[in-house]
Amino acid sequence: MYHYDDFDQAFVDARVAQFRDQVDRRLAGDLTEEQFRPHRLMNGLYLQLHAYMLRVAIPYGTLDARQMRKLAEIARVYDRGYGHFTTRQNIQYNWPALKDTPDILAELASVEMHAIQTSGNCIRNVTADHFAGVAHDEIADPRPYAEILRQWSSLHPEFSFLPRKFKIAVNGATHDRAVIQAHDIGLQVVRNEGGEIGFAVYVGGGLGRTPFVGRKVRAFLPERDLLGYVEAILRVYNLEGRRDNKYKARIKILMHEKTLETLKGEIEAEFEARDRALLDLPPEEVARVAAFFAPPALELKKPVSDRVERRRDKDARFASFLAANVTPHKAPGHVVVTVSLKPIGAPPGDCSADQMDAVADLAEDYSHGEIRVSHEQNLILPHVALGDLPAVYDRLASVGLATPNAGQISDIIACPGLDYCALATARSIPVAERIAQKFGDGAKARAIGPLKVKISGCINACGHHHVGHIGILGLERAGEETYQITLGGSGDENAAIGQIVGPGFSYENVVEAVETIVETYMGLRADASETFLDAFRRVGLAPFKEALYERSAGSDI
Amino acid sequence: MALWRLGGFADDGFARLADADALPSDGAVIVSLGRWLSERETLTARPAPVGVAVEAGADAQAHLADLAGRPLIALAFAKFADGRAFSYARLLRDRHGFRGELRATGDVLIDEIPLMLRCGFDAFEVENGPTLAALEAGRLPGPAIHYQPASGAVAETSPGPRPWLRASAAEDRPLSRPRGPSADC
Ligand code: SF4
Repeated sequence: MYHYDDFDQAFVDARVAQFRDQVDRRLAGDLTEEQFRPHRLMNGLYLQLHAYMLRVAIPYGTLDARQMRKLAEIARVYDRGYGHFTTRQNIQYNWPALKDTPDILAELASVEMHAIQTSGNCIRNVTADHFAGVAHDEIADPRPYAEILRQWSSLHPEFSFLPRKFKIAVNGATHDRAVIQAHDIGLQVVRNEGGEIGFAVYVGGGLGRTPFVGRKVRAFLPERDLLGYVEAILRVYNLEGRRDNKYKARIKILMHEKTLETLKGEIEAEFEARDRALLDLPPEEVARVAAFFAPPALELKKPVSDRVERRRDKDARFASFLAANVTPHKAPGHVVVTVSLKPIGAPPGDCSADQMDAVADLAEDYSHGEIRVSHEQNLILPHVALGDLPAVYDRLASVGLATPNAGQISDIIACPGLDYCALATARSIPVAERIAQKFGDGAKARAIGPLKVKISGCINACGHHHVGHIGILGLERAGEETYQITLGGSGDENAAIGQIVGPGFSYENVVEAVETIVETYMGLRADASETFLDAFRRVGLAPFKEALYERSAGSDI
Repeated sequence: MALWRLGGFADDGFARLADADALPSDGAVIVSLGRWLSERETLTARPAPVGVAVEAGADAQAHLADLAGRPLIALAFAKFADGRAFSYARLLRDRHGFRGELRATGDVLIDEIPLMLRCGFDAFEVENGPTLAALEAGRLPGPAIHYQPASGAVAETSPGPRPWLRASAAEDRPLSRPRGPSADC
């Protein structure tokens, strides 16, 4: 993985010193809250419902055991013993004191981490496929490009006061695990006929109250032009993005209002006018950064392990874990283990300091010290030898981290909602907990197969409900929580915004409605291999509508 | 209010002219963009320097090429940081070859000055007390090393090995220079 050199270290240290000075000035009254606000946001510090919240970047979701232990230590010393992994490869601490935040940032800097640009109207933490470097279907590792973009965007003098936040994601495999089409810029690594690496560039994706799937502005952008082209997009956006209404300020609205052709023309013109010498990426430099991400030397192993087979036969829960949480690694005899942070009945993404330490220990003992964080709010041990699975599973189980539900109906993404968020119009975590309890992580959930449920507590859509196979949006109508359900959303390479199924459901009835939807799917699927999403694409909304509203089951009306 | 340039506080050689004021026959003046557009002929014929001020929130993009021949352009910042002026500065300096004084006015605060400098601003009208105090103490906050090239008008070194890295010239940052590679490594 990437390691800071003197330059990188000096940069984060200077940034910590600057923030310490800003906090001192704020506490002394030299900076008003209004003046302080953009600076604290640029350093990841939000003012939440109950207290400050600090959001720490885990760039492109890769970290090592030492960094995970530091996150645990911060949770213990400065927070209430836990942290919350988010949908954008960040970790949030919900209870830090303002005066402590410079010390927390200094602790982070000591392990090559930071909270730079995790909030505010600037270029946010660049995200990538959490299976980068280990996936079978990879064209090239996306992380070197994400790291180069992270550097280029750090305190960019021109783009620190954009109309609104700006999110970039990079995917390097044929299957899109980074939801790139829901980002302001989505970069898909591709090869042209000549075998050269480049990017398909998508612009203007985003969820929120007006969801759009990103539009392709370039089918092949040569690797060399990455920074020049991204800078051109940002400049057009900075100059022309709307500043009169924060709900219309994202680049997706500019794309919508200007049309794809016009915006693309402006981006290309800006790109043509650039100073080539400044931002062209020399191949040697890309190779130098890429070398940091070279996979560890893995011993070749047999693709079958007797130890694993014996345990599978006699332990149904272990068998479930194998089926749901274990993915093949590109190196034979190795696997990628997803550590679910969705235990049945607990808030999605929460992780205690002890659990973080346990994952760090496991990474050191079994995964070459490496850990990943996924946008699905789970952790990943990327390089586990197949034969070590029983030991890894047992140790995960001993700290409550062996929930065998990755990718299943109870592996739910849910935003903080009314329990923590000042903007919420409804609860989301308790709805996730009730759905998880209803379907569990056993045979019932396995029979349903892959199904992504995503829940947001208001139209800002932080829970990505628009791209959930089943999306749930909590609203408030006449003082009552009401939940609108969308079906058929998807965040992969065939990205789609879910369609509203009909009138909303009450807090009491929403789980029953989900059950009706699932039963309807089970009844109409061609066979067990037809996933919910495939079945929905075949049959559309009608059968679900009928089951929900025309028969009485689960309906409010 | 005081005028600050790299190197210290300076006299403002320009007088601000309200739109209703008569044009004096000599002395450097700054007029509004509106006045510049409507009285361009008179203003260009005038032998003494005429700078142009663009108010905060105005869409100046279409006029940048036209303004690039002026000896001074003042771009105002509104309270809620409207970041367009950062791009105007880059375009004026790097696309339209503007070599006159680029002055930041309005809500100019110490934490934004380093970013403004990197985009090509070289003069700052400062009212905010803590900002004045910091400038008097010779204190520019923030890292003096950078992850991306600045405007071509800004003197920075390229510390390598990554070609996009930059370092501010040492004399720009009297007190806040962190440890880091020197310019020649
Ligand atoms: S979707 Fe709404 S309620 Fe949920 S975290 Fe975002 S702003 Fe808060």
